[in-house]
Amino acid sequence: MSDLPLTKNINGKTPTDLTQYEATGGYVATRQAVGAMDPDALLEIIKDSNLRGRGGAGFPTGMKWSFVPKPGSRAAGEGHRYLVANADEMEPGTFKDRLLMEQDPHQLIEGMILAAYTISADIGYIFIRHEYHVAIARLREALAAAEASNYLGAHICGSDFSFRLHVHVSAGRYICGEETALLNALEGKRAIPRAKPPFPQVSGLWGRPTIVNNVETLCNIPHIVAHGADWFRSLGRGKDSGTKLFGASGRVARPGCWELPMGTPIREILEEQAGGMAAGYQLKGFLPGGASTDFLLPEHLDLPMDYEPVMQAGSRMGTGTMIILDDRSCPLGMIANLEKFFARESCGFCTPCREGLAWVQQILDSMEAGAGRPEDLRLLEDQAEFIGAIGNTHCAHAPGAIEPLASGLKYFADDFKAHIDGKGCPYKQGAN
Amino acid sequence: MPVLIVDGKELPGKAGTNVLEALLSAGVDMPYFCWHPAMGSVGACRQCALLQYANDEDSHGKIVMSCMTPVTDGARFSVSADRASGFRRAVIENLMLNHPHDCPVCEEGGECHLQDMTVMVGHRDRRYQGRKTTFKNQYLGPFIGHEMNRCITCYRCVRFYQDYAGGNDLNAFGSRDRIFFGRAESGVLENEFAGNLVEVCPTGVFTDKTLAKNYTRKWDLQSSPTICQGCSIGCNTYTSERYGQLCRVHNRYHQDINGYFLCDRGRFGAQHVNSPARIPQPGIRNEEGKYDPLSLDDAKAKVRDFIQHSSRTIGIGSPRASLEANQALRQLVGAGNYSNGMSRNEQVMHQIILDVLASGMKTPTLAEVAEFDAILVLGEDATNHAPLLALSIRQAVRNRSKEMAGDTDIAEWHDAAVRELAQDALSPLVIATPMPDRLDDVASQSLRLAPEEIVALSTEVSMYLSAGSESTASQASSVAQGLAELLRDARRPLIVSGTSLGDINIMRATVNLSLALQAVNPEAGILLAADECNSVGMAMLDNRLSVEELVDRTPETMIVLENDLESRLGAEFAKKMSAVRHLVVLDYLDNATVSVANILLPAASFAEAEGTFINFEGRAQRNLAVFLPQGSIAPSYYLLSTLNDDCLNDSFNDSLNNSTESVSSSHQARVQTIIESIRDEFSPLKRIDECAPDADFLVLGSKIPRMTHRASGRTAMQAEVSVHEPKQPVDTESALAFTMEGNQQQAPASLRSYVWSPGWNSNQSIYKFQTEVGGADTMGNPGVRLLQGDAMPAPFTIAPTTAAQISTGPRFVAQHHIFGSDPVSSQAQELSTRIPTPYVRMNTETATTLGVSGGDGLACQLPHKRIELSVILDDDVAAHCLVYPKLVQTIGLADVAPGDLQRIAGWQGPKDPLKPNLILTDRTG
Amino acid sequence: MSQTHSPTNTIVTDKFVTLLSDAEVSQIEAEILLLPDRRSAAIDALKIVQEHRGWVSDESLVAVATLLNMSSEELDGIATFYNLIYRKPVGEKVVLFCDSVSCWLMGGDDVCKRVQATLGVAYGETTADGKYTLLPVTCLGDCDHAPAMMVGDELHHDLTPESVEEILK
Ligand SMILES: Cc1cc2nc3c(=O)[nH]c(=O)nc-3n(C[C@H](O)[C@H](O)[C@H](O)COP(=O)(O)O)c2cc1C
Ligand code: SF4
Ligand code: FES
Repeated sequence: MSDLPLTKNINGKTPTDLTQYEATGGYVATRQAVGAMDPDALLEIIKDSNLRGRGGAGFPTGMKWSFVPKPGSRAAGEGHRYLVANADEMEPGTFKDRLLMEQDPHQLIEGMILAAYTISADIGYIFIRHEYHVAIARLREALAAAEASNYLGAHICGSDFSFRLHVHVSAGRYICGEETALLNALEGKRAIPRAKPPFPQVSGLWGRPTIVNNVETLCNIPHIVAHGADWFRSLGRGKDSGTKLFGASGRVARPGCWELPMGTPIREILEEQAGGMAAGYQLKGFLPGGASTDFLLPEHLDLPMDYEPVMQAGSRMGTGTMIILDDRSCPLGMIANLEKFFARESCGFCTPCREGLAWVQQILDSMEAGAGRPEDLRLLEDQAEFIGAIGNTHCAHAPGAIEPLASGLKYFADDFKAHIDGKGCPYKQGAN
Repeated sequence: MPVLIVDGKELPGKAGTNVLEALLSAGVDMPYFCWHPAMGSVGACRQCALLQYANDEDSHGKIVMSCMTPVTDGARFSVSADRASGFRRAVIENLMLNHPHDCPVCEEGGECHLQDMTVMVGHRDRRYQGRKTTFKNQYLGPFIGHEMNRCITCYRCVRFYQDYAGGNDLNAFGSRDRIFFGRAESGVLENEFAGNLVEVCPTGVFTDKTLAKNYTRKWDLQSSPTICQGCSIGCNTYTSERYGQLCRVHNRYHQDINGYFLCDRGRFGAQHVNSPARIPQPGIRNEEGKYDPLSLDDAKAKVRDFIQHSSRTIGIGSPRASLEANQALRQLVGAGNYSNGMSRNEQVMHQIILDVLASGMKTPTLAEVAEFDAILVLGEDATNHAPLLALSIRQAVRNRSKEMAGDTDIAEWHDAAVRELAQDALSPLVIATPMPDRLDDVASQSLRLAPEEIVALSTEVSMYLSAGSESTASQASSVAQGLAELLRDARRPLIVSGTSLGDINIMRATVNLSLALQAVNPEAGILLAADECNSVGMAMLDNRLSVEELVDRTPETMIVLENDLESRLGAEFAKKMSAVRHLVVLDYLDNATVSVANILLPAASFAEAEGTFINFEGRAQRNLAVFLPQGSIAPSYYLLSTLNDDCLNDSFNDSLNNSTESVSSSHQARVQTIIESIRDEFSPLKRIDECAPDADFLVLGSKIPRMTHRASGRTAMQAEVSVHEPKQPVDTESALAFTMEGNQQQAPASLRSYVWSPGWNSNQSIYKFQTEVGGADTMGNPGVRLLQGDAMPAPFTIAPTTAAQISTGPRFVAQHHIFGSDPVSSQAQELSTRIPTPYVRMNTETATTLGVSGGDGLACQLPHKRIELSVILDDDVAAHCLVYPKLVQTIGLADVAPGDLQRIAGWQGPKDPLKPNLILTDRTG
Repeated sequence: MSQTHSPTNTIVTDKFVTLLSDAEVSQIEAEILLLPDRRSAAIDALKIVQEHRGWVSDESLVAVATLLNMSSEELDGIATFYNLIYRKPVGEKVVLFCDSVSCWLMGGDDVCKRVQATLGVAYGETTADGKYTLLPVTCLGDCDHAPAMMVGDELHHDLTPESVEEILK
């Protein structure tokens, strides 16, 4: 029983193959549970464990699964049921799922087998971004090995349960990470998100009950099934259970990604894991969980990385991979970079996102270029309000996109003003 | 009934609808773009936002889209809260970033939904400083213009085109703020309903090229409620005019018939009114066979002279002319000398339709078609012959998806979600036709059968149904058994057939099958498409003498009303016609019959004449003139009834203009006199005067204007001469006036000449005239369904065809084509390039027996013309069938023996494939 | 007597389908077998063709559409949505330069400028020798080694203006 279950096989050198995976207790949970345990009992364990989705929104996984209509019920209809691993990982500043897939692919596969068994899914997809060539190759290799050992395919481990798992390589676009856009992409369509409700649990892939989970979420499952909900809950340092892959990028001494207990204080991550700021740089602010989270400031360093405390501080834990803004990089430039990205990645379906982000980008670019006007600040605020709430837009892309801008306007007001007054970027002379 | 609380006030809602529908139904001015009453919600534009409060304590609220929020009892909302109205204003501000603001040169200007919404939300000052995205436009064919820069990305066009109308050559391309709606490359939009894009698009991306040609702003148009002349469906339209030119045809919402849509034949085919083939003046044929113009008075005197001195004068009416014109003709020549203008075959077919409509069989309206959950089509090419029927069938097959949605608690209006859930699941639709059908893509089964095989199959199915599954079961083929079971087990099955193959036995077999089905499934319905806009009316008026019978009675004078007998009965018959001593023809477009007339009287088109038409479901509907005909052109009913009068000295326009300005209530409009005579003479038609109020009808003391109200700032017609407009002519024939004075808002639906409501200049204002979104007209749906009964007709005896009797020789099957088969609309120049060049389509086997291959040419020589056909190989054509398009060029082919077709050596394809389908009689004089 | 319609029995000698190689067609058909209907294979099919040809020309697009029983509008609507389906010719290798935030913070702009100078192209352009096409890409998930870029299938990270010159030499 490792305290760091997700990375216990990851040594940063050789990826884990089936033999090694089995040697450290891999597929034990599968052999024990599949066919032997009642799927409802498994679901109870996941619910009890209080595992929350690691894809960004932190939705309780057990609860999500419980919305899948029970086979045979009126709402369940007839046909396939699907499980999808969201391995699209394109959130800027996020680099955790790639590690899990490249280094220990069987962990994800086993998580998917158990999840599929719990929700009675018979087909699974790993939806992975095109650029992850290494992960794709290793997953394919692992799939073949798992199939050869009857962990996948028909009558898994001699049970009545069959589950086929495919790797689907995406053709690009960040929006494919949004779970319903992902489903449309899997169906071979334009990846426009779908309106919710209905949730994919009820009407997902090809209209059938579907669960989409993040790679890291699924990687937790074998360990929870093997060691129980109580053990998993005990791993967290605060209210939230388990461990999490946290990361830091930007001007820190040792950028990287580390598995740590939930609730580890931000300061600890930054100072002990990342080694503090790189020489010559000061911390100005940071995005705690990927590009679509609100800025936090040095004053927030003592927050534990748990869903609620970060939320109360006005941001979100998101993917748990922090992006560090140093004192020599322009906050406005950083925001402009982010908004350019978000505007480019808008699917173009709903007005606030499609037009609104493009306008935001245009204003920020003009400020960076020295053409900012005092009234632009008001405009940015108006646009942030217009785009910024869940419900204003068709999906969560735009509200996420506006978080760094809205918080940046609040925390870095002086920098914005300096750009306007000084007709240009004050960071461009001198630093960098 | 659930009640919503909106800004503190209670508002009725309807379970199963959304909040936007509730707001609009209650008359609230709620802006929206992407939602469409017939297409449901997708939540793309975010324009219809309001605040929803979680509970009584919540005073902050959350922005939601009203179109995506289900109606739930007691839910609290605010439309007027600053945050809500601010959000809606921001939507417009953002939508306008790339909009070119080219309203002054935009065809949509003045009736633009985007303009309306912009004004409604109060967005005024532009704050965006950046560059605008610009796109390249495409050529989309002769009907529709394309100006992508005006796009606001509401996705309505693709949703209509792909999801509603089943087209696949229009899509959204790209992503982010660079989405392009169009085709993969420039080219004609193929879908038969593409014209609706003009009305579905909330701004000026897709515009009406026919309107652009005679461009006029909405407020300068003179319009009236008209009935489409394109087919037997009888879609309600608004037809508009300026300077004596027909400018455009728009949808006129009718809950039971066409809803919000029209087909392209109806919309663009009406341009025949502006055709150079119009007959402009009376003429008399001289010795050389050319026409000398004549004054109307002289022409009439001549006709009167013919009648007086002829031993027998007969009158050939027309199923494309109004009841009134036909009755006037019938009165002129006497009932015993009148034919309704249909062939024997047509009369029998339409009598069947009449008998079914007048029986206790369930005969649905088009709107009701969408409620059937299994449909069998027997030999009816709905898309080409009764297009809106096809559009309804397309929606009906979605019933399966609606059931699935119900099981999963997804609301029907949640359009994308329902489609995602159902994927390709469709209610059963079985199509039995000789040739590929445009509905094949949504059919669960397509059977390619020759006409008599269709009869045999339906006979088999009815026998199986009436015998029960045990006894004769063994005799029925598995196809028939499968069909019988499908129909019997459906909740509401519908059998569709009609006159498109011209086969009486198919119609009889359809009736028999429906009777057998109704006996085991009382919910079963039957729908028979008729042929022309007034075929059913003609069958009701007087279905006794067919054209053939009457013409055989050796008349000396023959008066033909708006009817080309050559295209109806073939060239052989046409010879008899030329043998008649005095042939008098009243028509508005040139055709083969016109070209042999001795006296030609220029009739008014539908846009210039009042008239009543009875559609396929026996609904009488009044068409009202849009504008006065020019010169000596006059409505047929007028020409014919004045021939019956003593007075010679009038012309139609003078008679209108000379009447006193205030129409006294004692005035009896000429058309009204005829309507009354029809009402009194024919008991099944006794309610026809209910389909629209008569000429004496007044709203608040005045007639109903054909033009938008004065405040709209109409452009003076003769401004270069004088800004004082001349006095408008007085319309004594209808309750409408050629003016802008009077009250349009309170006009009954049958007299409403356009839709407009304060703040709603676009066609979207229709909701202000509905009892609820998608509901009945607030003033009552126009028209009256005349026929209903409760007796069941006796089944027909059809000589049973055994497999052995089914002919195995090649035979011709004429196929309707939405563009080209209707003799009137095909004279619209805009349609000319959409009319197919003559072809013959057959399967490989049949081609082998004929010794031809794909790409060959076949020809036959008729007495007065040569027909050339390109051979198309298509294994989706029933065996032995030689399918050819019913066109002016192929008239007479039915009389040819297939064996007489000659292979053309060195055939290079038709010489002039784009030749317009125009006949121009030599009228040079 | 009856013949049931199926879309395949219309005789179309489509000049476009023959444009695809046997290998392409069989790879696409293999994908279709895993899916509920042909059109669901749209993206896979486009990628297969691109794998073979480097990009998806108008002709290949029509060919794939025909094979999948779709209109070219339907397929191109999909193709133009995804940034890794190339509807214009690209060089032998595509350079995907990460222009996302972590790389930007680590001086990615300067590195990119060097890439552009070395190749002599701007974003979206192909080098004159047809070797490289330079495109921006979303975060490559290598932020702890920013700046990063991919050249063909290979990931390069901890980039400096000097190292990119070496890589692209
Ligand atoms: C614009 C957008 C992009 C997203 N991208 C990803 C992604 O790349 N990977 C991911 O796991 N989740 C992503 N998500 C979150 C998913 O929609 C979804 O919530 C998640 O896959 C659910 O998994 P979980 O419950 O296991 O967290 C994204 C969400 C949005 C709105
Ligand atoms: S917020 Fe709207 S436009 Fe943006 S990605 Fe989501 S659905 Fe598409
Ligand atoms: S009309 Fe409701 S979002 Fe468009």
